[in-house]
Amino acid sequence: MKKYVIRRALGLIPTLFIIITVSFFIIRLAPGGPFAREKAVPDEILRNLERKYHMDDPLVVQYGRYLFDVLRFDLGPSFRYKDHDVNSLIAGSLPNSLILGLVSLGAALTLGIAAGIVSALKQNRLVDYTFMSVATVGISIPLFVVGPVLMLVFAMRLGWLPTSGWITGRYGMQTLIMPAVTLTLPYFAYIARLSRASFLDVLRSDYVRTARAKGLPGGIVIFRHVIRGGLLPVVSYIGPAFAQIVTGSVVVEQIFRVPGLGKFFVQSAINRDYTLVMGTVIVYSVILILMNFFVDLLYGYLDPRVSYD
Amino acid sequence: MGTHRSSDEGPILDVRDLTTYFNTDEGIVKAVDGVSFSLYRGETIAIVGESGSGKSVTNLSIMRLIPSPPGRIMKGQVLFEGRDLLNLPPGQMRRIRGNRISMIFQDPMTSLNPFLRISVQLIETLRLHQGLNRHEARKKAARMLGEVGIPSPERRLDEFPHQFSGGMRQRVMIAMALSCNPDILIADEPTTALDVTIQAQILELIQELTKRIDTAVVMITHDLGVVAAMSDRVNVMYAGRIVETGGSEDIFYRSRHPYTSGLIRSVPRVDRSRSGPLYSIPGRPPNLIELPDLCPFHPRCEQAMEICRHRYPPAYSVGGSGSVRVNCWLYRETGAGAEK
Ligand SMILES: Nc1ncnc2c1ncn2[C@@H]1O[C@H](COP(=O)(O)OP(=O)(O)O)[C@@H](O)[C@H]1O
Ligand SMILES: [Mg+2]
Repeated sequence: MKKYVIRRALGLIPTLFIIITVSFFIIRLAPGGPFAREKAVPDEILRNLERKYHMDDPLVVQYGRYLFDVLRFDLGPSFRYKDHDVNSLIAGSLPNSLILGLVSLGAALTLGIAAGIVSALKQNRLVDYTFMSVATVGISIPLFVVGPVLMLVFAMRLGWLPTSGWITGRYGMQTLIMPAVTLTLPYFAYIARLSRASFLDVLRSDYVRTARAKGLPGGIVIFRHVIRGGLLPVVSYIGPAFAQIVTGSVVVEQIFRVPGLGKFFVQSAINRDYTLVMGTVIVYSVILILMNFFVDLLYGYLDPRVSYD
Repeated sequence: MGTHRSSDEGPILDVRDLTTYFNTDEGIVKAVDGVSFSLYRGETIAIVGESGSGKSVTNLSIMRLIPSPPGRIMKGQVLFEGRDLLNLPPGQMRRIRGNRISMIFQDPMTSLNPFLRISVQLIETLRLHQGLNRHEARKKAARMLGEVGIPSPERRLDEFPHQFSGGMRQRVMIAMALSCNPDILIADEPTTALDVTIQAQILELIQELTKRIDTAVVMITHDLGVVAAMSDRVNVMYAGRIVETGGSEDIFYRSRHPYTSGLIRSVPRVDRSRSGPLYSIPGRPPNLIELPDLCPFHPRCEQAMEICRHRYPPAYSVGGSGSVRVNCWLYRETGAGAEK
């Protein structure tokens, strides 16, 4: 088991290396560059700028230098945000994105699993229909509709919540509510449906029938015999869900003006701010790779049939 | 009924007119339609029939383990020591399940919880019904594993089901089912999913252990060959009803119902090792939705008569001792004591 964890952890390095390499060259292939403006920049200045950022070197040399910097956890200076290096831009925004993402993922998981279990236990009853209707709505309406609608109703019409801002501002935690709800809804919906189906499967399974045939009370049957098997599909979904929540949060951050990484992700790509693009790509990749890694470990922990060879 | 060992005592389990339907999109499936049989202390009876004839639903209904919805026990009684299990409060029913009446199922690969160690699954039953502490329960669990023929039980107790072969898993199921010395063991096709070479061992094990603790057995199977030697009485099921019942010799050597005869001819036999395909009854079992009042076997029956198409036959007592009863119009003249 310990060996397995170490081997898997080491296996993450080549994945990351490939992601860095591919993104590095793809962004360079895209037309335009960090210093392209509507107004043409004089050649002289352009050359100076390029020299300053070592962009006059051959691409391979630049790539090698970049890799070397990354190994020292230095993501370089931003091409656009003068006087800021990528490290400090990320350090300032990533925590906000993580707070939003983790709160949403946590809420989607707890509420989704709870709704799934209750719906499965009360299949075709009123609670089941209620939860599943909410879930259908949650899946079919996109984030960029839910967000503005919430804002319109709760901030503008009712005035209960601030339209935008962040927890560090004067409205504090209230500002987290609408972005988190918007981001939670579709994942709550998906997880609720997924876990309902999976708990129904387990409830009908032979081994749960065996547990009942042994005379175990309903509570023990559920907690000892049903929960674990029912959770497995949800656990496998945590990895992709988190990936989608991260990308979804780019949209939600824009809507509610959350000072997160999403803004830099979008802006840097438009600006061809090469180092910032690479920085955000690396950060997102590391998060996703680590997430999948932990999910795999969790899955292996839950399912004894997973072998570590 | 001189064949029973303790006929003076009355049956330990008396199933009367048990009727279980399933509500499906296509209509009401009459899976079990008025089944009656009794089981005496310590004896082994068999329920035999083609797949889909209602054997499992009968026994799950006895244990009140029918998935509901869609299933529903419409009427009947299941008298266990004189008490009707169908009216028992849930708490009392749970004290009977796994303790006084236990079950083993067809597929040992899926019947054990894959996520829990064998020890957990054995111990929880012992602690629940016998009030043993963890340590005592573990000791007894290991002893049970040993008794069902699992080598080095102490060590294997801590393994997960997937570390056992199919035969070994069924042994674990048997250990679990018998751990509280039940009065009745219901074995639902316990060997169907197993390798032929292991089938005989498992059947022998069930027989030996249940004899030792005086547990009565309801052996369910679609293979009459399996039960001929080990059961006292045989109930033959077709389309949700018992169509013939009698002592196992009577059924096996002097079967009356054409369906039973067909089942017997389908048994693979060592002494008839001619090459050629095994006999199987022509046609398929009927759809259990909206069965009209007729003999459901008549389309497949070589001896079908006009009346078979119009009315379901009553039970005729046939045979010397009068202990064989058969629902077939062929015995209208010779049989006695028609009921229903
Ligand atoms: N959950 C269920 N829903 C609908 N029909 C069922 C269900 N379980 C069993 N049945 C029906 O009941 C009939 C008897 O099934 P069963 O008792 O399992 O047969 P056997 O054990 O003799 O092979 C079958 O026609 C089957 O389709
Ligand atoms: Mg069956």
